[in-house]
Amino acid sequence: MSKNEGVIYRISGPVVTATGIEARMYEVVRVGNEKLMGEVIEIHGDQSVIQVYEDTSGIRPGEPVLSTGQTLSVQLGPGLLTQIYDGIQRPLQTLEEVMGVFITRGVDADGLDLERKWDFVATASKGDDVLGGQVIGTVQETDTITHKIMVPPKASGKIKSIKSGEFNVTETVCTLEDGTEIKMMQEWPVRHPRPFSQKYAPDTPLVTGMRILDFLFPLAKGGAAGIPGPFGSGKTVTQQSLAKYSDAQLVVYIGCGERGNEMTEVLDEFPHLIDPNTGKPLMNRTVMIANTSNMPVAAREASVYTGITIAEYFRDQGYDVALMADSTSRWAEAMREISSRLEEMPGEEGYPAYLSSRLAEFYERAGRVETLNGEDGSVTVIGAVSPPGGDISEPVSQGTLRIVKVFWGLDAGLARQRHFPAINWLSSYSLYPQSLNQWFRDNIASDFPEVRTQISALLKVEAELQEIVQLVGSDALPMDQQLTLEVARMIREYFLQQNGFDPIDAYSGVQQQYAMAQAILTFQEEAKKAMAAGARLQDVVNVQSRTELMRARFAEGYLDKIGGLVEAMVAEIAATAEAN
Amino acid sequence: MTSKEYKTITDIKGPLVFLEKTEPVAYGEIVSIRLSDGSEKNGQVLDTSDDMVVVQVFEGTEAIDRKAGVKFLGDVFKLPVSKGLIGRILDGAGRPRDGGPEIIADENADIIGAAINPYSRQSPHDFIQTGVSAIDCCTTLVRGQKLPIFSASGLPHNDIALQIARQAKLRDSDEEFIVVFCAMGITAEEYNFFRSDLERTGALENAALFVNLADDPAVERLITPRLALTAAEYLAFEHDYHVLVIYTDMTNYCDSLRQIGAAREEVPGRRGYPGYMYTDLAMLYERAGIVKGKKGSITQFPILTMPGDDITHPIPDLSGYITEGQIVISRELHQAGIYPPINVLPSLSRLMGSCIGEKTTRDDHKKVSDQMYAAYAQGRELRGLVAIVGEDALNERDLQLLKFADIFEDKFLRQDRDEDRTIDETLNLCWELMTNIDTKYLVRLDQELIEKYHPEEKKA
Ligand SMILES: Nc1ncnc2c1ncn2[C@@H]1O[C@H](COP(=O)(O)OP(=O)(O)OP(=O)(O)O)[C@@H](O)[C@H]1O
Ligand SMILES: [Mg+2]
Repeated sequence: MSKNEGVIYRISGPVVTATGIEARMYEVVRVGNEKLMGEVIEIHGDQSVIQVYEDTSGIRPGEPVLSTGQTLSVQLGPGLLTQIYDGIQRPLQTLEEVMGVFITRGVDADGLDLERKWDFVATASKGDDVLGGQVIGTVQETDTITHKIMVPPKASGKIKSIKSGEFNVTETVCTLEDGTEIKMMQEWPVRHPRPFSQKYAPDTPLVTGMRILDFLFPLAKGGAAGIPGPFGSGKTVTQQSLAKYSDAQLVVYIGCGERGNEMTEVLDEFPHLIDPNTGKPLMNRTVMIANTSNMPVAAREASVYTGITIAEYFRDQGYDVALMADSTSRWAEAMREISSRLEEMPGEEGYPAYLSSRLAEFYERAGRVETLNGEDGSVTVIGAVSPPGGDISEPVSQGTLRIVKVFWGLDAGLARQRHFPAINWLSSYSLYPQSLNQWFRDNIASDFPEVRTQISALLKVEAELQEIVQLVGSDALPMDQQLTLEVARMIREYFLQQNGFDPIDAYSGVQQQYAMAQAILTFQEEAKKAMAAGARLQDVVNVQSRTELMRARFAEGYLDKIGGLVEAMVAEIAATAEAN
Repeated sequence: MTSKEYKTITDIKGPLVFLEKTEPVAYGEIVSIRLSDGSEKNGQVLDTSDDMVVVQVFEGTEAIDRKAGVKFLGDVFKLPVSKGLIGRILDGAGRPRDGGPEIIADENADIIGAAINPYSRQSPHDFIQTGVSAIDCCTTLVRGQKLPIFSASGLPHNDIALQIARQAKLRDSDEEFIVVFCAMGITAEEYNFFRSDLERTGALENAALFVNLADDPAVERLITPRLALTAAEYLAFEHDYHVLVIYTDMTNYCDSLRQIGAAREEVPGRRGYPGYMYTDLAMLYERAGIVKGKKGSITQFPILTMPGDDITHPIPDLSGYITEGQIVISRELHQAGIYPPINVLPSLSRLMGSCIGEKTTRDDHKKVSDQMYAAYAQGRELRGLVAIVGEDALNERDLQLLKFADIFEDKFLRQDRDEDRTIDETLNLCWELMTNIDTKYLVRLDQELIEKYHPEEKKA
């Protein structure tokens, strides 16, 4: 028996122990007669401990184990976009063709279609000196995305030959003087971050079209955000909104240990939804990873790495990529399950002691970088967290909050009041405003940060006033404070609330967000004036034109109408003073 | 395969038996254990290696000693399935319990069940009318959905489940549901209640029952729902039936899971339940849905009783993280004498949006449901305030809302156990009850709908 073939000694759920094999850590092995895919995760003397990506029922000790010499890798190249993969990059469509509607096991599938021909356009020429990561040609992969073909990170040299034309991803499109053959497909081990020249501090927001996010708690391109919340509070709806409307050029959406139907929904919807930034179907910029809750846990553990490696690969082409992981808690639970099978010493709540370092390593792969090709690219990561009982004092929430700079806290109470998105405006935060203020001043309005400060101040004052109201009722407050409560209510109902399913209001451009915030401040200003001149609060609040201003956001072209609507409101409020 | 009998048991602990010196035994293989008195018990392999095999014994390890003989049956647990399952009552391990013959198998299906490929699923969108207003209006059920009932001990969740099973239908269609009923650790009395109700309405002929009662082996409960779902999948995806799976009580199932975990000395998660309980529950709940190219469907109604009425307890909590909403039963409403005591406020149907509206229910459904919900929520909140400051402190609007909360419970929620309201009746009832609030306070309704449906504002 050679060193790369051993036998199974023990099977315990997804964890298999093999003897007689000399494998390296994280090497991919083939387990049992059916050659199930697995990965070495621990070595004890002669024993290799393997996590297996498929169901292990029916496998026996004594069956063979083969090492492959490879580490767990993904195939990168044209053909990634619009795909839906499982956690180890097997296209779900291929699995359906081979196995039918139920996922059985023992089937291998390439991540990329190896036969399909792509129109490769060389952009480098014979004699050019090229380095790893340098772009040598392009393929128009979808309407909106030009796939850039790069020299693999570790290769470099002088181009001996390069040709444009129709190629599949395994054919050589370029040869270097030293004989290195460059193909459109590269493979990359998922647990290793892909290299770049340097990291930059983020200075541009990821515009999401959600008012509470862009306006109050903005996320930077290249930043990382966590969305914790109890079940049913809106993590998935928020993540899907971001996948639909955010102004990333590419989206990697990972359904990690969540529901099958939610992935189906994305698959049904995205081909028909139009990207507000390009006017093309959203599917053209999307890659999906779906390893649902009932699919093997080891593949769930791998799914986030598969996703982020694909995201980095597009970043390296100079794109702004956004990655959503729903839910990172299920990933952490997969780690916990494997760890307990390994009988490792548990840390807090049974999670392995390395939980927080794994979380940190994952979020560290977000960032805005100078690519090896000298371009600007970014990976923004948004992770949902599902804390037991909604209590974020647990290890996954805490481990996440220590790393991410943006916290969007979902609140069961708000969800129950049907205030959506149920993001709590008092507990949420973003540490990016400082670095993004310049962008907002330059691109939206010179006083944007000041307007934001006024809006959040009003919300804070409201919270304090509400405590008094609980005790004495709102009638007992002085008129100016009652007005503040009305203004804050307008912020909540008109500005913060945004139905994720409304065909128009689900997306609100930043320019419009600013105009709406200004409209609220104008209302406050005018109401104060009118009341000083004798108007009653009740009359000021009830002016019809304000209701119209608020309601009009559900109709098309709101940004153009808002100026006129505000003018009408100002006039009507002024009239309430005269009437008295 | 191997039919050799081993007498090499080394340890027996809780529901587990450990033995050594076997030939290679498969992970998940089925085991038969012969006791010294000649009786037999069944089990399944949980851990296998050259040196040691761990077997989980479904009937419990009582009376097993180290001399017991252990046979490995060469295969994982399978259920013989055929259309003959319909009309039958089986025990928690799949053996006839009704005195009838063994099931003649068309096929032997692996009970663990394979995951449905997410790419092969179809989004559920067919409205199911349950005839229960609170559900049809506010937490609408969709064919292919998994919608649990979160209840607690002493509440009438069984009546509600049965009423839904009796009344559930697609609108304008007489396609019937087949009921697969799965009992896990419930009392004989509860079971008899289910059974006689199914008998009374003739539904039993169109049902398959899998029954593990309180005095049946606790560990067996871990396979009972898998048998039921295997039967459901076979009937739905091989024979085009629309299957409604009711299983009760998930809390007993989870407790058995905890027992196995403890016996294996696993590191426990919250409140002693295993860390993998989320995944384990998902392997059940996710076996609901509709798939491309198949006519049938599986709709799931798991019932669970929340220990201490606590919705943050791991059992309801993890369930809520997997299912597509929940129907919450309220002790307070029950004590107030209201049936069905459904608290619509924490209840939710996540798939509701896809199945209501002009084409499927009625154009006013969404807005009416929002308005009813909002008015009731405000009314309930005002009850709290009134307790402190008295009714005198309320303005006209608040008084109306306060009164509306009572009306909502008395006229809208309350209905008879055999009262089957159509969706039109339910929505018309909503409009009728909303006449108790001035239209100017009905801010979630637009003028158009008010003119179309409001009994007092209707334009002919
Ligand atoms: N922005 C929103 N607009 C409108 N409705 C929303 C919004 N967010 C959430 N909802 C409502 O809340 C429900 C639950 O939201 P969602 O599925 O996103 O919860 P979740 O936090 O992902 O829950 P889980 O942890 O169980 O997956 C949705 O089905 C929808 O009815
Ligand atoms: Mg979710």
